[in-house]
Amino acid sequence: MRVALPLLALAMLALLSLFVGAAALTPQSLFTDPEAARLLLVSRLPRTFAAILAGAALAITGQIMQILARNRFVEPVTAGSGQSAALGILLAAYLVPAAPVWIKMGIAAATTLVGSAGLLLMIRRLPPTQPLLVPLVALVYGGVIGAGVTFVAYQSDMLQFIQTWMTGELSGVLKGRYELLWVAGIASVATWFIADRITLLTLGEERARSLGLNVPLITAAGLAAISLVTAMTVVTLGAIPFVGLVVPNLVARIMGDNLRRSLPVSALCGAILVLGADIAGRVVRAPFEVPVATMIGVIGAALFIFLLYREPRRG
Amino acid sequence: MITIRGVSYEIQGQPILRDIDLDLPRGGVTALIGPNGAGKSTLLSLIARLKKLQSGRIGVDDLEVGKCSDRDLAKVLAIMPQSGHVSARLRVGELVEMGRYPWHQGRPGAHDREIVAETLTRFSLDALRDRFLDEISGGQRQRALAAMAYAQGTDYLLLDEPLNNLDIAAARHLMRLLRDMATGGGKTIVIVLHDINFAAAFADRIVVMHEGRIAADGAPETIITQDLLTGVFGTDAEILTLGARPVVMV
Repeated sequence: MRVALPLLALAMLALLSLFVGAAALTPQSLFTDPEAARLLLVSRLPRTFAAILAGAALAITGQIMQILARNRFVEPVTAGSGQSAALGILLAAYLVPAAPVWIKMGIAAATTLVGSAGLLLMIRRLPPTQPLLVPLVALVYGGVIGAGVTFVAYQSDMLQFIQTWMTGELSGVLKGRYELLWVAGIASVATWFIADRITLLTLGEERARSLGLNVPLITAAGLAAISLVTAMTVVTLGAIPFVGLVVPNLVARIMGDNLRRSLPVSALCGAILVLGADIAGRVVRAPFEVPVATMIGVIGAALFIFLLYREPRRG
Repeated sequence: MITIRGVSYEIQGQPILRDIDLDLPRGGVTALIGPNGAGKSTLLSLIARLKKLQSGRIGVDDLEVGKCSDRDLAKVLAIMPQSGHVSARLRVGELVEMGRYPWHQGRPGAHDREIVAETLTRFSLDALRDRFLDEISGGQRQRALAAMAYAQGTDYLLLDEPLNNLDIAAARHLMRLLRDMATGGGKTIVIVLHDINFAAAFADRIVVMHEGRIAADGAPETIITQDLLTGVFGTDAEILTLGARPVVMV
């Protein structure tokens, strides 16, 4: 019941996504034009899957990050993890340009892990009475790493190269170039199996420990999931901000923080947001495209302002 | 039985506990009282392995705190820590069910649900079951957290100042529940209290702490004296005896 409505909306958007774009493609032409079927299989279908997988993965990791950071206003892509992934991509391209993609991916995942762990260590020392310090520190932290990335890219004449990863977009998604996202999608779905344990962390470290939870282990598992999934999304599509921030907050408002209940809904809503933004990006100034990250920047900002100004509690 | 032997604890060279020896046998309600900074909460946290032992040893039945696994201890001893604040948006029913975690490890069964239902009824939380924690009053939230600790189904239940921010009705309600658990349910309850009168009214035994040491230990009527108030608490309030029970005039 809880997931039926978003599932229906996502199915309709997915169908729409298959037939919207620069090249004309209609359901009828599939049966008459062999080129149409190829377009569908090589471009539209992968692009639709990529949007769904990335959206779900970003929403789930955002939600986990917010629990680990004990703060609702952080999300991996803007809080250092995304920038660390870009740093890894840059380092890989600079140091081992000929290496296969999975090695570059591994390097990006490693820098992301270090970047995310660094943030968690840093905000642990902040006073819990000042919750706004956390997103502020996260923003500065992400900004500093981002500036480092730009500096290294500038020095090594790779500014244009790295720009592709700083703004996420889906127009480059083709069959054979996005399959890493399936791993990201599966990895984030797998977090559902430790959802109960991660939910226990929301009670605070003391209560979680007193219930016998292995707090360091679960924190490490959550951190690994965040880093792996963020790295894979950034490597494949580039940074897509806001999804991990807005979606978990909206879902928690209605469903609460029990991840076993809310994670599936978060995943669906994240997929809807990214796919919807991508379709809109294809339409607003057709035949040109607006990158999905830019579209989400606009939609996400509006949703976020709505979130901040709405009455925080009912009853 | 909880056995505490030679436990000292310091924070940045500042002694908090000094060589504590204490036995807390099974059954009954033991109240830990003392002025602010006496080391009550630290002692409770050490028993519940939320702080790391620096010296001495603590045993709970046959488990040695610090050596046994967190999960084994979680089946024997539950604690309601002092910080009442839970930032998570959880429903009361979900919170209480989390108390069963040491037993179900994330897969609550029929037996767990039965205990959760019984706990909610016992703590008069049935009507609040589907409400979020941030939508109920402070007293109801405190009661939900106590219910969660109770649902853990342990023989020992430690509570660190559970009456903080409660009005008199909520405080009495909670203390009566705890009293019933000890008398009827055979639980061992150790509770840090600030209000001496609450301790006198509901506890079988009072342990007074002062500057990291145990200053007095015994039944309420023998412990609460004028000397205690001036010597330990630094105040000269008068003590009346109503029935058999000492009452501090505030």
